[in-house]
Amino acid sequence: MIVDSFKFLPRTFRPLYEGRGVFPGEEAQVWAPFQKRLAESRIALLTSAGFHLKRSQPTFDLEREQANPDWGDPTWRAIPAGAMPDELGIAHLHINDEDLLADPEIALPMHLLSELATEGVVGGTAAEHVAVMGYQDRSLRDWRERTAPEVIAHLREQGVDGLILAPA
Amino acid sequence: MMPSVAEERLAPRIIGLEFPFGHAFGMPHDRVMQRRSLELALRVLAGATKFATRVDLDVEWPVPLREAYRAWQPKEPSPIVRKLLESRKSGA
Repeated sequence: MIVDSFKFLPRTFRPLYEGRGVFPGEEAQVWAPFQKRLAESRIALLTSAGFHLKRSQPTFDLEREQANPDWGDPTWRAIPAGAMPDELGIAHLHINDEDLLADPEIALPMHLLSELATEGVVGGTAAEHVAVMGYQDRSLRDWRERTAPEVIAHLREQGVDGLILAPA
Repeated sequence: MMPSVAEERLAPRIIGLEFPFGHAFGMPHDRVMQRRSLELALRVLAGATKFATRVDLDVEWPVPLREAYRAWQPKEPSPIVRKLLESRKSGA
């Protein structure tokens, strides 16, 4: 079975994604073999669903995006692995957030990952996973210069061996 | 959810899931579906032996397409979609 990448996308949007190739400067293949056993590895999750902690973190900046539709907030949020669903808010103008608020595990399955750690499938989980908002400026300049280096440093500080990127 | 786009962008490891946007791991409260998705991602993360490994999950979204297509979309068009629609309208 081969997944249809465009099954749920409006037909008029397809050319915005298909056949555009690699981003300039990213033509080289990037590959790092996974050296450790999964059962000895610490795993982190990154979602682009736009989660934040309602009580302690700012939302992603939707006002600026409303004023400048070509721009998307490039910042990131650290989400504690034990955060409960009612602690999470969402700021994302491109998807319906009802299911995400009802069950954040559909985008950020950190409690399920913790269960897999308890079962010994993975060695452990990051203490803090990562949330970003997936709609971004096409140049990705802020992402290259700031967001990605900060996220990588945060994951390395936690001793993370592998990261699962989950687009929303 | 758009594995062919991930392939074009040269992602090193990819899993394909035919799920609507906002539902990377499956249906709300369906732990079995979510677990199948997460375990596949972990297997590909740790087990892929070469660049651009892609594995698709053979799970059909259990909601009629028309309903699922409408359900994932925001209640109001996003700013960029609104801008594109206005641009087409003014160009017509």
